[in-house]
Amino acid sequence: MSPLLFLLLAALTVASALTVVVHQNPVHSACALVLTLCLLAVFFLGLDAQLVALLQVIVYAGAIVVLFLFVIMLLNLQVEARAMAGTLLVGTAAVGGVALAVLIVTALRRAAPPAGRGVPAGFGETAALARQLFTVYLLPFELTSLLLLVAIVGAVALAKKPS
Amino acid sequence: MTPPLAWYLGLSAVLFAIGVLGVLIRRNVIVIFMAIELMLNAVNLSFVALARSLGSMDGQVIVFFVMTVAAAEAAVGLAIILSMFRNRETTNADELATLKW
Repeated sequence: MSPLLFLLLAALTVASALTVVVHQNPVHSACALVLTLCLLAVFFLGLDAQLVALLQVIVYAGAIVVLFLFVIMLLNLQVEARAMAGTLLVGTAAVGGVALAVLIVTALRRAAPPAGRGVPAGFGETAALARQLFTVYLLPFELTSLLLLVAIVGAVALAKKPS
Repeated sequence: MTPPLAWYLGLSAVLFAIGVLGVLIRRNVIVIFMAIELMLNAVNLSFVALARSLGSMDGQVIVFFVMTVAAAEAAVGLAIILSMFRNRETTNADELATLKW
């Protein structure tokens, strides 16, 4: 990825992320979220993370945001009169948000940058990711399935109409 | 020539701050939820950029786990919002203040 392309995509990403946060209509927020997630997938592709980029589009933009849109549709949310907090809080939050970004960037600049070790052959391919996942991270991987099972049961139990 | 690691980390920091901003200024719980997803994704970008820079796959594996947890969180959270809406007819965080001191 060339630096020019990076800057262009980064500007687009920040703009669509801001749209998610400030747009009054939740449906438009969700659509902007899809755009943000897809742009992040492009960054992942540029960072040799092909499988992660693919999962980002399928799982995040595909499944999770559709779930959001589905709930918005179910609740029939419209543009609200009081979508935002009070002006004082918004102003304070904006200043605080900028300060937080500056703080993180400053902290990162002061931290010692990790030594670049170069990329081994086959980096980011599905085989390399799967090898890590099924050897070093086998236990967390299996626990993940348990977590998803609990989440499914919990979601059904919560969303079910009380009989 | 590829952009340096610091650029990716900077973009990640900005996206995270936007997510925090969203949680603070929005009153609709669903939009607050989307802002949380934005923060999770900002951290994912850091993980992938550092994995690339260190030449280690571990960062990408952790992103995989973050996505799984985000999916579980979205399913349960939206179910909670649904049942909350059924009881209170609102998704405004200011009106859901029964537990507030």
